[in-house]
Amino acid sequence: MPKYSLRINGSVHDVDVAADTPLLWVLRDVLGMTGTKFGCGANQCGACTVHLDGAPARSCTRAISGAANREITTIEGLGAEGLTTLQNAWLAEDVPQCGYCQSGQLMAASALLADNPDPSDEDIDRAMLRNICRCGTYQRIRKAIHRAAREG
Amino acid sequence: MSDFNVVNVSRRDVLKTLGLATGFVVSSAVVPKGIRALANRALADGILADRLEPSVYLALDTDGMVHAYIHRVEMGQGARTGLTQILADELEANWDRIHVVPAFGDLKFGSQNTDGSTSIRMFYDAFRMAGATARHMLEDAAAAEWGVARDQVEATDHKILNKVTGRSQDYRDFVAAAALLTAPAAESVTLKTRAQHRYIGKPVRNLHMEEFATGSSIYGQDVRREGMVYAVAARPPSVGGKLTGYNREAALAVSGVLDVVELPEMKAGWGFQPLGGVAVIATNTWAAIQGRKALAASFDGGPNGSFDTTEYEASLWRSIDAGGEETYARGDVDTALAGSARRITADYFVPFQHHAPMEPPAATAEWIDGKLNIWTSCQDPQAVQNTVAPYVGVAAEDIYVEATLLGGAFGRKSKPDFAVEAAVLATHAQRPVKMIWTREDDVQHGFYHAISAQRVDVGLDASGRVQAWDHRAAYPSLMETATGQQTDAATSFEVGPVMEQPLVVPHMRIRSGEAKAHVRVGWLRSVTSIQHAFAMGSMIDEIAEVTGRRPDEVWQDLFGSVLTGADLTDASRREPRPLVAERLGAVLRRVTEMSGYGRALPPGTGIGLAAFTSFGSFTAAALEVSVSEDGEVHVPRAWTAIDCGLAVSPERVTSQMEGAVVFGLTIALHGAITVKNGAVEQDNFDGYQVCRINEAPEVEVAIFENEHPLGGAGEPGVPPVAAALSNGIFAAVGKRIRRLPVGDQLTG
Repeated sequence: MPKYSLRINGSVHDVDVAADTPLLWVLRDVLGMTGTKFGCGANQCGACTVHLDGAPARSCTRAISGAANREITTIEGLGAEGLTTLQNAWLAEDVPQCGYCQSGQLMAASALLADNPDPSDEDIDRAMLRNICRCGTYQRIRKAIHRAAREG
Repeated sequence: MSDFNVVNVSRRDVLKTLGLATGFVVSSAVVPKGIRALANRALADGILADRLEPSVYLALDTDGMVHAYIHRVEMGQGARTGLTQILADELEANWDRIHVVPAFGDLKFGSQNTDGSTSIRMFYDAFRMAGATARHMLEDAAAAEWGVARDQVEATDHKILNKVTGRSQDYRDFVAAAALLTAPAAESVTLKTRAQHRYIGKPVRNLHMEEFATGSSIYGQDVRREGMVYAVAARPPSVGGKLTGYNREAALAVSGVLDVVELPEMKAGWGFQPLGGVAVIATNTWAAIQGRKALAASFDGGPNGSFDTTEYEASLWRSIDAGGEETYARGDVDTALAGSARRITADYFVPFQHHAPMEPPAATAEWIDGKLNIWTSCQDPQAVQNTVAPYVGVAAEDIYVEATLLGGAFGRKSKPDFAVEAAVLATHAQRPVKMIWTREDDVQHGFYHAISAQRVDVGLDASGRVQAWDHRAAYPSLMETATGQQTDAATSFEVGPVMEQPLVVPHMRIRSGEAKAHVRVGWLRSVTSIQHAFAMGSMIDEIAEVTGRRPDEVWQDLFGSVLTGADLTDASRREPRPLVAERLGAVLRRVTEMSGYGRALPPGTGIGLAAFTSFGSFTAAALEVSVSEDGEVHVPRAWTAIDCGLAVSPERVTSQMEGAVVFGLTIALHGAITVKNGAVEQDNFDGYQVCRINEAPEVEVAIFENEHPLGGAGEPGVPPVAAALSNGIFAAVGKRIRRLPVGDQLTG
């Protein structure tokens, strides 16, 4: 099997997996980083969202061969040096219910704010459209993103 | 599991060792002075269990740490935090000195079936008593130690105040002494008043919030064990279908695949049995998924291989035409209908729905020293023990089952078929196995909310008052899943919500038509209240339309007390009927006010109302609905209200009500599972669509607080939503939606 060198949250990890293995399963099964969640395996729900070179990407359909040599950030890396403003906004608005989709929501929201520091409701809806929350925390996600934008 | 050194000696032995008379009872009335010194000596000598444990729900260590045994599972509804609030409140515990032990299956806890919106209302009294009893014993020990009267000590925030000296001492100083005492009789324990509550009804943050925000929370899908392997399975597309072939060698040729194992076939009497099929075990999930593809497993259709939801719907309407079995009647419906001045008849349809929790089912099983251990995102660890036991040949109580956090459940994870699969494979492989359900598995092999047909005939008198309500329903029963007994029509329990609504209708009848189950039918958040609230709430709006009256007035006029207590079958409803009507009327009035119902709205916009009582609570919803010229439905705002007696965690009740609107909108706008040739046609979120953020309204929630018995909070928010939406669509554009989902009915 081919070997891949991955840069994840600033650290290098060498893994030895089939080339078509999605990044999601390398993170979860090989590296034990279970913060990135499995929701659909089909680019439908966004639970597996990570950043590749700062842009949101669905790790469940991203083969490892296409993720090597990119800067990968996962939820574990988001608040590695203390909770971010966004994560604190998530707490302030008590966003999560079951919590399962929230890693993906936070990764999508942080990419949005990096791109657009003061998004409108419409901007938020557009950016977060691909992240499903079955508990229905959407209105709090909107509020938390606005709060994070405000508190910069 | 245990974090403690529990010394295996009896209390009687300890008392003997301490030189106390045989038969001496250390009661709260006669606590010997100096007991603390004796207790500490016994502790030092290692003969005393170092914890105060007056209840199965809590224990205190001698360092003052409280261990809260929260036996109900956490799936987003907030039960784990809520029950901890109740316990901590009566214990006067400091929130930071509580360690919450995850739920593990044990009959000693009572029901662990986290279902039916019961966790708080079923255990409120028991958890209060547990906390208060421990507080009482700590106070007794302190009073004895200080040689002061019982009323001269008071527990507050993990300390006990000596009112004589004005000094306080930490709980830890009295744990060992209190552990020697006999727990006081319930009647001598004083519970706090509501005004004294420290955590109950207060904004306490969910225990797991920081984990959720950092991705460190562990769900069933996230469990990892040393040496663990991963499994996925190919299952028969139709229930009862049998495995007819598969390519074992092709699967084993996939890199990472370790083994191919046939799963036990399903037997008659479905229950929570797994479906059978064949599993692939691999070194990682992806390899297992690829191995499953390579298997190219084939199945016969079995007894349900020709099931087709289009044909089945037609059969449901034939059952409705045939009348069905009467499950409830008062007055004389036929005569009243025949003599009515006006009649309204309408047919309502709701297709199969699916739970689709964001976390697909998963379970990890491992044999350790001859004992089977299972970690899984289940709603009922006891159900896992009971369901797994016969497959592995051990007694249910000998299986350790720990509930991880659940990434949503909504009823799906009360059926532990996936845990059986994990246990069977771990037994075969003799190493830890994580059984993973993919989203396709979840959508195609669910326990679906029943497809339903309903016909409601209403008779009005000359002044427009409802004289007769004849309600027919035909849908497959969930009883074969719940009890393993084939049941070919919805039971009186399932159609019960129709009768439980406090409608002033003198002549009422409910009939249930034949409807055999051909897929596994389960219970989905709010269960049969989903379809019954849709039909009843829609019909009330239709009555308003026919009589030319405001819907809010028709609703309020219908609430009243025709029934007597003897008519009620729901034992949990401990209230007289007029109160039920009053409480339901009050929540509807509140959302009517909150929404500014009756105000001028732009063209194509309307507000729809609905109210329903379920799970011991009373809820109402008002939805502002706009329909664009091309028929797109949008709900910018919603107002909901709940009367559940007391909200232990008001913040979580609010979030449950907000989420319930989104959940109800998914049912109303999109939700539909269809079956062809015995197989579910949808397989992921592109086929089984759920609401996304652009469809989520701003929801404003009102919570009532009163002295009535507690009701549920997780489910009751859902039922009114679909009717409020369809009534809102009617208010907006005059089009009546009687079939769910709305789908493209307005765009076509």
